[in-house]
Amino acid sequence: MSEFIYPNEALVEWDLLIVVYPYITGLVAGSFIVSSLYHVFGLTRLKPVARFSLITALAFLLVCPLPLLVHLGQPQRALEIFLRPNVASAMSGFGYIWLMYLLIVIAEVWLVFRPDIVRRASSSQGTRKTIYSALSLGVSDLSEKSLSIDRKLIKALALTGIPAASLLHGYVGFIFGAVKANAWWTTPLMPIIFLLSAVVSGIALLMVLYAVVTKIRKEQLDRECFHSLALWLGGFLTLALALEGLEVLSMAYESDESWPAVSRLITEKIPITYLGVQFGMGSLLPLLILGIPEIVRLREQTKTTLRFGAAVLVLIGVFAMRWNVVIGGQLVSKSLRGFSSYSPTLTGQGGILMALVIMLLPFIVLALLAYLLPPWQEKVEPPRQRKLSF
Amino acid sequence: MGITRRDFIRVGGLGLLGLTIIPGRIPTALQDIVSPGTNQQVRTSRSDSKASRWRFVVDIRKCIGCGRCVKACKLENDVPLQPEYNRTWVERYVVNDSGEVFVDSPNAGIDGFSADYLNTKYQNLKARKSFFVPKLCNQCQRTPCIQVCPVGATYHTKEGIVLVDRKACIGCRYCIQACPYGARFLDPRLKVADKCTWCYHRITRGLLPACVEACPVGARVFGDITDPESTVSSMTREEPTAVLKPDLGTEPSVDYIGLDKVIR
Repeated sequence: MSEFIYPNEALVEWDLLIVVYPYITGLVAGSFIVSSLYHVFGLTRLKPVARFSLITALAFLLVCPLPLLVHLGQPQRALEIFLRPNVASAMSGFGYIWLMYLLIVIAEVWLVFRPDIVRRASSSQGTRKTIYSALSLGVSDLSEKSLSIDRKLIKALALTGIPAASLLHGYVGFIFGAVKANAWWTTPLMPIIFLLSAVVSGIALLMVLYAVVTKIRKEQLDRECFHSLALWLGGFLTLALALEGLEVLSMAYESDESWPAVSRLITEKIPITYLGVQFGMGSLLPLLILGIPEIVRLREQTKTTLRFGAAVLVLIGVFAMRWNVVIGGQLVSKSLRGFSSYSPTLTGQGGILMALVIMLLPFIVLALLAYLLPPWQEKVEPPRQRKLSF
Repeated sequence: MGITRRDFIRVGGLGLLGLTIIPGRIPTALQDIVSPGTNQQVRTSRSDSKASRWRFVVDIRKCIGCGRCVKACKLENDVPLQPEYNRTWVERYVVNDSGEVFVDSPNAGIDGFSADYLNTKYQNLKARKSFFVPKLCNQCQRTPCIQVCPVGATYHTKEGIVLVDRKACIGCRYCIQACPYGARFLDPRLKVADKCTWCYHRITRGLLPACVEACPVGARVFGDITDPESTVSSMTREEPTAVLKPDLGTEPSVDYIGLDKVIR
């Protein structure tokens, strides 16, 4: 057999930026769901990171259209997606879904942080006072009645935010899963796989950020919270891994005319990033690492270190998953007779440097948001139990 | 950026003026090519085009892989000359005794397949059969590319031709991903999607697509399927035809005669 690709396939059109885009979107959906686990499902163990996860979601959400915008051939026409959408196109939904979700997240952030904003507006002076007064939108009522309305609204927003987050990331999966021309992409499982890996990556990101920020703040890590996050990570990771495995298993079992090409893609073209990083290092290994502290007796510090390590591996693994889908799918020629090749350039519109800058931006936005809206609440010492003495 | 194709057509279609000027626009490189395609009749014009349904027939048995169609297309439509940008191209298939398939399309076939290294490439192969397959946009009736375009920049004309509005395309390249035939590319100069239009600017004036004009053996036939007298009508009536990737349900408007099972 000879290698053949259609002549127009020599260029891989969706480059590194399109790998970064679903990665960032996934982190948004994942961190939002962590905050909802607390606000909606009342998982009080996650309270220490609930506020932080919300502004993390906002920071990444603000940046997520950027890689798409930079990638466009005609970025000045980007708003056309809002103005003249072709409703038959899955992609035309992006602007609306993103905007709706942004409004939900902003509203929830405002409600959650309102008491802090009002307190700061009254306690600070000068420019700071102006900023916080503006942020309070003129509402300074902090009575118990008003706060209880806030709590109800927060719960309602967090609740509607879950389907919105699912929509935002399920949609990203649909963009790929609905391309029947592409053997590696076309599967109805794709939206669900993207959704699960989004949640996985979001939880992992929060674990890493929480541990790092706590270190920087020279504070104590809430081990119970961290443990709880690790358990949720393990659970969602198991589901994601099972689905990703089932996807390729059914492809192999059905073995239609595209399978020889797909199997060569996996074993010859992307074995390191797919089998090695996505499945091995990014899924199986972290599951193993997360399992150890549950079974073996270890020092608390060691357990935390292991869980932290697992979260880092998961973040790398999910990035590899995005790469394997976006780039991998384009490597397989639609003639099913060969493969194109792609390696990102260092500079240029879709180069590594540009991708790094875009990946760095949400962290800068997050730092700004955390400065403006401090997500860490002062620890309230639980009332010490007096020993019973007779 | 100059005027777009649509503007060009709108202006040019105003009167007979267009019909007298356009033949003069056929690149001189093509004028000395004796083309059996020129006696094909195209009865469509913009006024009665609503009733017409254009069809393209590719006769694989006739194609000699000379690549003139590719060259004519690039000249006529100002397609970048680099091999990774093509509105049409020619593939060569060689099947050996043990059923192995060898496919190539050097430089998209623009220089033909007569170079020494191409002639000797398969000389140790026990070739059983071989054929050339011209490819172009299938002008699908159920188009994945139109479906996925987020801004509706690619659309069906009333005659069923799929065009790209260069002034509306945002360059997201989703249509390139969605086309199962690899018929689309991003124009590196304009940064918008581009593809074969069956020479829409010519066929709306009663002329043939440039590739049909240039084909010396009549392997590319173009015409109105609703006209029972047209060559495409008689060919599709009398010969067994097939389309590419029928299982994808795109309903292509290009019929192939002599399509082998190994062709994808």
